[in-house]
Amino acid sequence: MPINYYIFLSLALFCIGVVGVLTRRNAIIVFMCIELMLNAVNLLLVAFSKMPHPVTAAGVPAGTGVEGQLFVFFIMVVAAAEVSVGLAIIVMMYRNTHSVDVNFLNRLKH
Amino acid sequence: MSQLVYLVPLFPLIGFLINGLLRKQLSKSLTGIIGSGVILASFIVSVVLFLDVKNGQGGVTTLFDFLSFGKVHIPFAFQVDQLSSLFLLVITGVGFLIHLYSTAYMKEESSDHFARYFAYLNLFVFSMLLLVMGANYVIMFIGWEGVGLCSYLLIGYWFKNNDYNNAAKKAFVMNRIGDLGFLVAIFWLLSVTGSVSYADVFANAGTRSVNDITIITLLLFVGAMGKSAQIPLYTWLPDAMAGPTPVSALIHAATMVTAGIYMIARSNILYTLAPVSQAVVAITGLATALFAATIALKQNDIKKVLAYSTVSQLGYMFLGLGVGAYTGAVFHVMTHAFFKALLFLGAGSVIHAMHHEQDIRNMGGLGKKLPVTHITFLLGCIAIAGIPPFSGFFSKDEILAAAFERNKLYWILGVAGAAMTAFYMFRLYATTFLGKFRGTHDQEHHLHESPPAMTIPLMVLAALAVFAGLLGIPEVFVKNSHWLEHFLAPVFEASNKLAEKAAPDHAREMALMGISVAVALLMAIVAWIRYSRKPELNEAAGLGKVLANKWYIDELYDAIIVKPLNALSRFLDQFMEKSGIDWIVNGVGKGVQYSSRQLRLLQSGQVGNYVLLMIVGTLVLFALQFFLKK
Repeated sequence: MPINYYIFLSLALFCIGVVGVLTRRNAIIVFMCIELMLNAVNLLLVAFSKMPHPVTAAGVPAGTGVEGQLFVFFIMVVAAAEVSVGLAIIVMMYRNTHSVDVNFLNRLKH
Repeated sequence: MSQLVYLVPLFPLIGFLINGLLRKQLSKSLTGIIGSGVILASFIVSVVLFLDVKNGQGGVTTLFDFLSFGKVHIPFAFQVDQLSSLFLLVITGVGFLIHLYSTAYMKEESSDHFARYFAYLNLFVFSMLLLVMGANYVIMFIGWEGVGLCSYLLIGYWFKNNDYNNAAKKAFVMNRIGDLGFLVAIFWLLSVTGSVSYADVFANAGTRSVNDITIITLLLFVGAMGKSAQIPLYTWLPDAMAGPTPVSALIHAATMVTAGIYMIARSNILYTLAPVSQAVVAITGLATALFAATIALKQNDIKKVLAYSTVSQLGYMFLGLGVGAYTGAVFHVMTHAFFKALLFLGAGSVIHAMHHEQDIRNMGGLGKKLPVTHITFLLGCIAIAGIPPFSGFFSKDEILAAAFERNKLYWILGVAGAAMTAFYMFRLYATTFLGKFRGTHDQEHHLHESPPAMTIPLMVLAALAVFAGLLGIPEVFVKNSHWLEHFLAPVFEASNKLAEKAAPDHAREMALMGISVAVALLMAIVAWIRYSRKPELNEAAGLGKVLANKWYIDELYDAIIVKPLNALSRFLDQFMEKSGIDWIVNGVGKGVQYSSRQLRLLQSGQVGNYVLLMIVGTLVLFALQFFLKK
């Protein structure tokens, strides 16, 4: 399958995620969109790892083709940690303001 | 001898410092003693220096190197020769008499203001001594500026009166205009000759181009015009009568105003080499002499008459310089110092007796109550009118004789001026001292002769005014008797060699003298008789009104110069200052405030906004990277 399809799909997912982060009011939906963005990047990395390798001048292939997939593991770990911390913040937010509306979070101004 | 030279200006400087710094602590008598004593000390040293010079020992004494840049060296040096030693005697002698007079005249002041007066007066004498003793134009200029400053300080002595302050400012500004001319002359001289010392400049004067010398001498004359009150820079002198009368006597009769004459007499070789400048000097002097005399005919303030008389006599001195009669001009400076100081101090005595009344229309018949003042004033009037054998006759006639040699018209106009001089002086004398008293009853009761501290200087000056003529008896009377001419010969030697002087025809000279004396005597008698019978009490009309209003020259200057300058300054204030510079400076402040208000909106406190900004920023960075890395 030509790699373009993977790139377009990943791009579409990333943009949907960005728009969602910017426009949605519910904090949990915002988190879901952040996850969407991270997973779009994962997809992209895996697709690139399966691309034909670039060949250096000496004729030796550069890299062995698994670095992309390895990086995806790291991203997943980070995503997991971030989600746990983020959900904890949302729980605290709900306890204080009894809503999960991000527009209520303007306390940074004071 | 050279060790004593620096003492002459040092004494007044010490007097200035003591009286100025300790003015709250000193008593009035102590201030008077210090103030007058230092001038007496200077006078004694001046006599010693004069005797030295008479015996042939004069010269330049250098104190220290004042300015030195590149090839130019300007030392702080004093030159004691015939001309400067003569002026030293006049300045310190007349100065001492006036200081003595002031101790009584200014008695009503509080002691710290009394000390302030004497401090300023001593500073003035110090500056004037620097002026005449300097060995180069720069030292002269230091003294020149100093006397201008002291004139300002003393005219505005009673500083609570705003009119007096304006008069002081006017004097200072007009002096400054002249000073600009003097300064440019010094620069030109420096660029042409590389030196400002008299010795250097005068020695090689013949080798310079005539154009250079003409321009330098004309610029020096501009300086003299300002300092010595010639047309067009004379209007400050009548207004300067706002100061105390001894100040008018010292500064505006005997010394400061003669600085211009001293300068030109000192630079005589330059003027002889530039006939154009000499003509300008002579014509300006003559015009001023006549113009001021016409104004004096109709003035009613005793000091204003004397002020215009001073302007007129200064015009005669410049006429003398302009026709090459350098000795005559210096002689007239000396005799004028004596009789004009006498007249001013006499006027002060009258003002003192009349309790600060200065209008002669309210005086009259003072002769009986103020005998010493009366007689000395009369002697002064006879001297200034040029009636022999008093001193004024000898000096004025010497100038007129030289004027006749140069141009007959100068002589005719000069005699006309002398006639007017005799007329207005005797008008003043008769209106003030003769006839019936026209003042109030209170004033009449308080009339009394002045104390000895005031009358003794009057008597000394009267003796000088009467007998000083013996210094310069002309050739026609006694052979080889012109002592002053022989004494000053070394100073004017080069000039006299260049200007071939024809041997004067004795008969013609006697005839000229006879005519001028007869005219003066006639006008004096006419004025005496007319004004002692019927003093001029009505308001002037017609031409008289124009004269009484000083030919409206002050109003003319106001319209041509003062108002446009004020309008220009208002315009600049409006457009450059308020709309221009203020707009820019305030605008910067307003701009900062506006932009900060806009930038503050970025910090909304809403997280969503911040995330949006993050993403926008990232996109911008990517775009830049993409488009610029090409």
